[in-house]
Amino acid sequence: MRPVLSVRAVVLVLGLVGTVTVFASDDAPRHPIQLAQATPTSVPTTGAASASAPHFQPPPDSAIPDDDFGTEVKLGQAIFNGTSALAAPFVGNSLRCASCHLDAGRLPHSAPLWSAYLTYPAYRSKNKHVNTLAERMQGCFRYSMNGKAPPLGDKVLVALESYAFFLAKGAPVGAKLAGGGYPIPPQPVLTMDFNRGAKVFEQKCSLCHGVDGQGQSSNGAVVFPPLWGPMSFNWGAGMGSIKNAAGFIKANMPLSQGNTLSDQEAWDVAKFVDSHERPQDPRFTGSIADTRKQHHDSPNDMYGQTVNGQLLGKGSAPQAKVRKGSAQ
Amino acid sequence: MAGAQTGEQIAMSGNAAGAPACVTCHGPVGQGQGAAGFPRLAGMNAGYLAAQLRSFQDATRVNPLMGPVAKLLSASDAKVLAAYYAALPAIDATGDAAASDAAVAAGESLAKNGNWNHGVPACSQCHGATGLGVGATFPKIAGQSVDYISNQLQAWKAGTRRNDPMGLMHGIALKLSATDVNAVAAYYAILSSAPASKGSIKP
Repeated sequence: MRPVLSVRAVVLVLGLVGTVTVFASDDAPRHPIQLAQATPTSVPTTGAASASAPHFQPPPDSAIPDDDFGTEVKLGQAIFNGTSALAAPFVGNSLRCASCHLDAGRLPHSAPLWSAYLTYPAYRSKNKHVNTLAERMQGCFRYSMNGKAPPLGDKVLVALESYAFFLAKGAPVGAKLAGGGYPIPPQPVLTMDFNRGAKVFEQKCSLCHGVDGQGQSSNGAVVFPPLWGPMSFNWGAGMGSIKNAAGFIKANMPLSQGNTLSDQEAWDVAKFVDSHERPQDPRFTGSIADTRKQHHDSPNDMYGQTVNGQLLGKGSAPQAKVRKGSAQ
Repeated sequence: MAGAQTGEQIAMSGNAAGAPACVTCHGPVGQGQGAAGFPRLAGMNAGYLAAQLRSFQDATRVNPLMGPVAKLLSASDAKVLAAYYAALPAIDATGDAAASDAAVAAGESLAKNGNWNHGVPACSQCHGATGLGVGATFPKIAGQSVDYISNQLQAWKAGTRRNDPMGLMHGIALKLSATDVNAVAAYYAILSSAPASKGSIKP
């Protein structure tokens, strides 16, 4: 872990250039003081999958202490990987935390949990107040997991926060480290396009996620998560922002072949994925137009827009949780 | 060619074109022969098995034994054989070499967590939590033998097997060390191939 500190020293000297965003970028936490985000070009890269800066290395699992706190960390990690089984009352779909935060929340450029830990509390425009990490995680359950928020102090949140704290050990609190959040690709040359995205999806995504985007299972347990429809994240989730989806996809998809899609392909396919119906935004006011105005007023947000003659934002019909409970 | 043979007939006695009986190498109940690296066929996905026979024919899966055999099978032979073996109850490969506990533990870690510092996802992210596979594309690897699994990973690496969609396995195999290959083979070889006992270790 120690070499990371010296690397960071170099980073700080080089100053700030960064374009790296944190978590869900449309509602990215905003601090009054802009923290340094460096993208050093003179620092040699490590063997990591993605380019540029060396990344913070969270401690290995073997460093989880063998005590009561360690038990909590392990529980948090287990919830992170098996969310529907271990946090069932709060989960309404087939996803798990690790669906979007790869490598159990460790992987740079996949909104790693260690980065989130360093970033909160923070003001969020999404709900217009300062959010603690626990409240931020409540949002994950409410939107990304299409479930309901565990109450503050609930053992699910305590365990997840403990795991996040463990992963962030040794990292500077309040800093935006390289690899945090999803790296938003440069704006595409051509206006992002649903039909081009459909083609990318067919060629690069459908093998795993299915031609209908509904994912695939093995022996009853979800392996490839559904990307839209009743068992995916709802309209209020960060991944419903095309910007975030493009960032995640570009850096990480197809799995094991991150950064092989062009920026254009990433934007196009993100638009395609985010132009499908999914469960209603829990903040729905009763009017799609009004809900768009209040919560989705961005060109990167398809809620309330019409695609191929279909107005998006009606919400997928709820579906019995046929897949739930079958995992593990 | 004479009237169509059933999958069972070809498996047991070969076909009129001279293809040998499958059981010669793959065992009487399709259990394979671990030590020889002949895979278990019983309980594998039919679409996957048929695709492998096509790959042996068109040499996107190069194998000195199966290449010539597959060329003696007609399209309908391949279809009925794939269906026959898919319908047989999954049974684990026998006669496997013993692996060290350390190798199994290292393999389990790769299977469940991957090695993302080298860009390697967890095997389970595509093959399922206990290696039972997904559809015709991501085969069941639980309960195959150490030799078979490591041979395949080496073939992906070398490019002698290149029937993987989008080059997924070639890319991953290139990132695996020889130790990784042995470890992951050791781990999946001790998992049971039978869905009823998912994740359970062979007795």
